[in-house]
Amino acid sequence: MSEPKYNKDSMKNVLVVSLLVCLVCSIVVSSAAVFLKPQRMANKDLDRNKNILEAAGLYDKASGVSVDIAAEFEKFEIRVVDLQDKRVLSDIEAIDLGIDARTYDQRKAAKDPAVSKVLETSEDIASISRRARYSVVYLLREDDDIKKIVIPVHGYGLWSTMYGFIALDGDMNTVSGITFYEHGETAGLGGEVDNPAWKAQWSGKTIYNDDGVALKVIKGFASADSPQFNYQIDGLSGATLTSRGVQNLVSYWMGDDAFGPILDDFRG
Amino acid sequence: MSTKEVLLNPLFVNNPIGLQILGICSALAVTTKMSVALVMCIALTLVTAFSNLFISMIRNQIPSSIRIIVQMTIIASLVIVVDQILGAVAYDISKQLSVFVGLIITNCIVMGRAEAFAMQNPPGLSFVDGIGNGLGYSIVLMLVATIREFFGSGSLFGIEIMPLITNGGWYSPMGLMLLPPSAFFIIGLLIWALRAWKTEQIEAPEYEIGGHTALSKV
Amino acid sequence: MIEYYLSLLVRAVFIENMALVFFLGMCTFIAISKKIETSMGLGIAVVVVLTITVPVNNLLYQYLLADGALAWAGLPDVDLSFLGFLAYIGVIAAIVQILEMFLDKYVPALYNALGVFLPLITVNCAILGGSIFMVNRDYNFAESVVYGFGSGLGWAIAIVVLAGIREKMKYSDVPQGLRGLGITFITVGLMSLGFMSFGGISL
Repeated sequence: MSEPKYNKDSMKNVLVVSLLVCLVCSIVVSSAAVFLKPQRMANKDLDRNKNILEAAGLYDKASGVSVDIAAEFEKFEIRVVDLQDKRVLSDIEAIDLGIDARTYDQRKAAKDPAVSKVLETSEDIASISRRARYSVVYLLREDDDIKKIVIPVHGYGLWSTMYGFIALDGDMNTVSGITFYEHGETAGLGGEVDNPAWKAQWSGKTIYNDDGVALKVIKGFASADSPQFNYQIDGLSGATLTSRGVQNLVSYWMGDDAFGPILDDFRG
Repeated sequence: MSTKEVLLNPLFVNNPIGLQILGICSALAVTTKMSVALVMCIALTLVTAFSNLFISMIRNQIPSSIRIIVQMTIIASLVIVVDQILGAVAYDISKQLSVFVGLIITNCIVMGRAEAFAMQNPPGLSFVDGIGNGLGYSIVLMLVATIREFFGSGSLFGIEIMPLITNGGWYSPMGLMLLPPSAFFIIGLLIWALRAWKTEQIEAPEYEIGGHTALSKV
Repeated sequence: MIEYYLSLLVRAVFIENMALVFFLGMCTFIAISKKIETSMGLGIAVVVVLTITVPVNNLLYQYLLADGALAWAGLPDVDLSFLGFLAYIGVIAAIVQILEMFLDKYVPALYNALGVFLPLITVNCAILGGSIFMVNRDYNFAESVVYGFGSGLGWAIAIVVLAGIREKMKYSDVPQGLRGLGITFITVGLMSLGFMSFGGISL
């Protein structure tokens, strides 16, 4: 038996191996991260823009018709809104605040105490605990009239915070569409918020009556005979809590504490 | 052991999930849809194969005192790379897999094979062993996913097979199939089926009723 | 405030039970649940390790890895979050190792009880899962302490309960092919079904 050439458990070898492993791994990991980052970011943006278009009814994934997402998205006018002072900011004001509407990250802003507020339990209908002061809305104009407005919303479902968009028609009351671009609900039950058939019934429903937000996600099926039909969305079967989550996020974001007054602004 | 045995044994004879009790966590969580499960299988098979390959390549250099952490580092790096690639090329699916890609790091199949096989065997064979165990895992995962998606959503790979009532068809989906517990039942029954076929895998009872003492006295 | 943390705790223990709802740490969960005594030891070890690692990883994430977290070092544009997995698992492995050495030296009684389980814990997905969920849900430091403890406790309760059932079950006449692993899966399925009902509780 030949003598081992070196002792692999020696202190020197432990250090050398661990250093080499760290070096190689860090190079591999960092280069993968750096090279793929632009692609990942692009995917993320594309996915979000797709959802904005889908909510506004300009893109239909199921139809298979290919749409130039980037070109379509260019048609939108992006405005920054101040949810605390309840008004739409002019472009100059937004720039003064250092907010670039195209890259504004509301989720990050919601974590920053300087530009967000902690919601009290009583007002935190959508269970989001913090709300950013500024948000963006996407406007689609025809001539000078607003034809569609797309509003970012989020709220807690059963397992996770669901992030999505609600699009309204120019009257700021009729729903044009809804999409969720990120959620962790049970696939097949709560995950049916992604079901095109379920999303389709939102189109044409009414959000407000004289008393405020009236749209409800009900348990079971909305009956066409009911006088409330225009204010009702079928609940997702087997996913009561996700349905309630969707209902809550509509109530919150369309309500007085969030976009309600701003929509009034646009309407007037 | 021949290369063929190393590759095929983990499929039925020594299945990582069915017999070795390894890598179950993700098997249960990502199996509601076949497309998601498939991506998970591919990711796991790749990670297992390559971690086996790399660890086996440096197995004679790894000091035993820092063995586990070296293995971990290699596996974690591979997983991060896979995660990054998924985010870049299959964004939709990576969104659905969310945290479970990260959990491949602690998937016991990867660690288990690295420790039990790659540390003792040459790189080529270790690579094959990784693929074999990845496939053994994939078979169970895909079976479970097929059953869950077919009965739970009436579709396979997202293509509708049985039209659902909600979409104007006739099939009322089994909600239970989409809920977490169903995965346990399905795997339990699959193990039963596997052992009915390969009877040598049946476990010995932990407790035997002793002989009837009163009778034996007579 | 106390009410908030209490509800976070209850949520982590029951509603979002690591083992029975998210299936994390399943391998050890099923492999080491034959006896109540050993499963108790493992359960406590998981609680201890989760309670330490989740907050530590929280600090690591907040001050090193998150997008813009390096602002204090004058690098506001650096986003190291891709290193997350590597960093968390490193922290976990290191803490488990330190804990093992510490217990061995200063609390030998506890070391004898927990010692054998500690190495197993590094590869327990419940531990890594705890850290990843913490990051995903943006918990702050205090929340992560509560969450780490709660999720560990939930896991421990689940494994002790399963061990209790399995201790009795060995006396029952289970069909041959289902004996052992098969029936355990089905039992866990039934337990998980039971835990699903906590899902309806809103806090």
